[in-house]
Amino acid sequence: MSAPVVVFAVGNPSRGDDAIGPEICGRLAEMLENRGLTAEVELIEDFQLNIEHALDLCGRRLALFVDAGDNTPGPFVFSRIGASTALGHSTHALPPESVLGVYERTEGAAPPPSFVLCVRGERFALGEALGAAATRHVAAAMALLERLLADPRETVWAAAAA
Amino acid sequence: MVQLETAAHPETLRRVAIDPVTRVEGHGKVTLLLDQDNKIHQVRLHIVEFRGFEVFIEGRPYWEVPVTVQRLCGICPVSHQLAAVKAMDLIAGYGPLTPTAEKLRRLMHYGQMVQSHAVHFYHLASPDLLLGFDSDFTRRNIVGVALDFPEIAKQGVLLRKYGQEVIRHVSGKRVHGTGAVPGGVNKALTLAERDEMARDIDQMIAWTQGAIDMVRRLHETNPGFYNVFGDTPSNLMGLVRPDGALDFYHGALRAVDPAGRTIFDQVDYADYQQVLQEEIKPWSYMKFPHIRSLGADDGWYKVGPLARVQAASYLATPLAEAERLKMLALGNGKPVHGTLVYHWARLIEILHALEMIDELLNDPDILGLDLMAERGERRHEAVGVIEAPRGTLFHHYRVDDDDQVTYCNLIVSTTNNNQAMNESIRTVARQYLDGRELTEGLLNHIECAIRAFDPCLSCATHALGKMPMTVELVDADGALVDRMSRGG
Repeated sequence: MSAPVVVFAVGNPSRGDDAIGPEICGRLAEMLENRGLTAEVELIEDFQLNIEHALDLCGRRLALFVDAGDNTPGPFVFSRIGASTALGHSTHALPPESVLGVYERTEGAAPPPSFVLCVRGERFALGEALGAAATRHVAAAMALLERLLADPRETVWAAAAA
Repeated sequence: MVQLETAAHPETLRRVAIDPVTRVEGHGKVTLLLDQDNKIHQVRLHIVEFRGFEVFIEGRPYWEVPVTVQRLCGICPVSHQLAAVKAMDLIAGYGPLTPTAEKLRRLMHYGQMVQSHAVHFYHLASPDLLLGFDSDFTRRNIVGVALDFPEIAKQGVLLRKYGQEVIRHVSGKRVHGTGAVPGGVNKALTLAERDEMARDIDQMIAWTQGAIDMVRRLHETNPGFYNVFGDTPSNLMGLVRPDGALDFYHGALRAVDPAGRTIFDQVDYADYQQVLQEEIKPWSYMKFPHIRSLGADDGWYKVGPLARVQAASYLATPLAEAERLKMLALGNGKPVHGTLVYHWARLIEILHALEMIDELLNDPDILGLDLMAERGERRHEAVGVIEAPRGTLFHHYRVDDDDQVTYCNLIVSTTNNNQAMNESIRTVARQYLDGRELTEGLLNHIECAIRAFDPCLSCATHALGKMPMTVELVDADGALVDRMSRGG
């Protein structure tokens, strides 16, 4: 039985602020454990999103994609997303909208209500650690995540995204 | 001089830039220079950001490297891990691997080949093949073929998942598990894990055969298009066994010329610098390797599926070999070089990898517990090479007495294909763009040619908020004339 909420946390911990996703994933794991919510929320951490993540959307009530952003507003942007069928140029990563598009194509149904939490990063060089600004943005994002996961309803999340 | 690489009077031409991937690193871009009549004078695929991988590796202890290099690429971490660990086996002084260790590494590698090729074919290539071209004749026919394969997208996702499950069972994790360590592997396979993989293998093979059938029928619908799109004769290179069979995990280097004649064979990959030379060009950060004896203009080559299934004498599994022979029939005894045939070859490689997985799952050694080799004398330098999904991957290291890496040279598959990708898009530009008003549909032909190689332009990281694809038309004075964007 799948947890009703799935959270994808995306990023490479060896790439400076691309570690935002894994950092948040670690903090969320601790929070969910402490609050006894591990059966309600499944965390999936990966370097990047790809087609198989569409399978992880099956049977969910809500989906959240957490990723670092480059040149995006700080500390974060929380928004609702829909499916996209746009083609990329590489197999190396899919945007969250394309994962929803793969779900539509393969399952023949609308994906669960889905949201993106895009946390601003500044530096993405190989071998760098998470920067100070990104660490502050992560803290701000965690405050929102605590509220969202305390009340995982589509209407509540949609209101927060508005 | 390579045709269309450098225009004689670029200052008199207008410039079109196709900016396909703008990510944190490995940013790639295509530029076209055209005259007033839309005649094309120059086409270049630029890799405009330096990766810095080697610098990242240097200074690290050697035993850390097989794990660290997995972070270079999120889509082919197993390839980097295995190339690195093959070198580190030697650096650490280990002798031949135990049969179980080598077979587990191979199992993981074949799982990697399946998952990587599956995501490329089913997600990127099949939409191009089925929907990407706008001639009415082609569309009518391919829609008919597509209707016979309604489940193809779902099968692709499940095939990718299967490959990842193979990796997970061997390495402990779906992405970035450890698996291989210098001298062997660190985890035995359980009977339950073996049985789980064996349960689905026949289904995976059947789906792959169906996909190959679909591609073959597409080529039959319009051979004048599918067989010759981006047709760029070149040398071909890959790893082969002593008997000439393709080997994804270990072998010697073989290169053949555009007509299939041997250039070199059974070259120990540790001596790669004797047969290959890396050239730098001022307009790209990516190096241009070529066959040393032929020089830069004639010595460039292709690697990857289309190259290695033709450089090799045969595939050592029956179903894949039968499909390979059907594909080779396009060339009437000579190698085929059409860029879209890469997709066909890629599927044949999935089938080959699945058959190899099936064979290994039925081999009693795969459940063995003898995982580490005997250790002997330490070395200071070694090379590890494998056939990664996109082509031959070289890892070359030197390590000092304090166990720190002092030198690292990586030639990744996409670098090996650098000139081939450039030549392919030049061919497409000549075939479809030269003298015509540029449209988004025509520019998509360039992108299809790049996609066929599945270049690794954005390894290891991505972030939201990057620019979408942008095509800019700039006049001879550098002024922006027109701009077109679409979602990235």
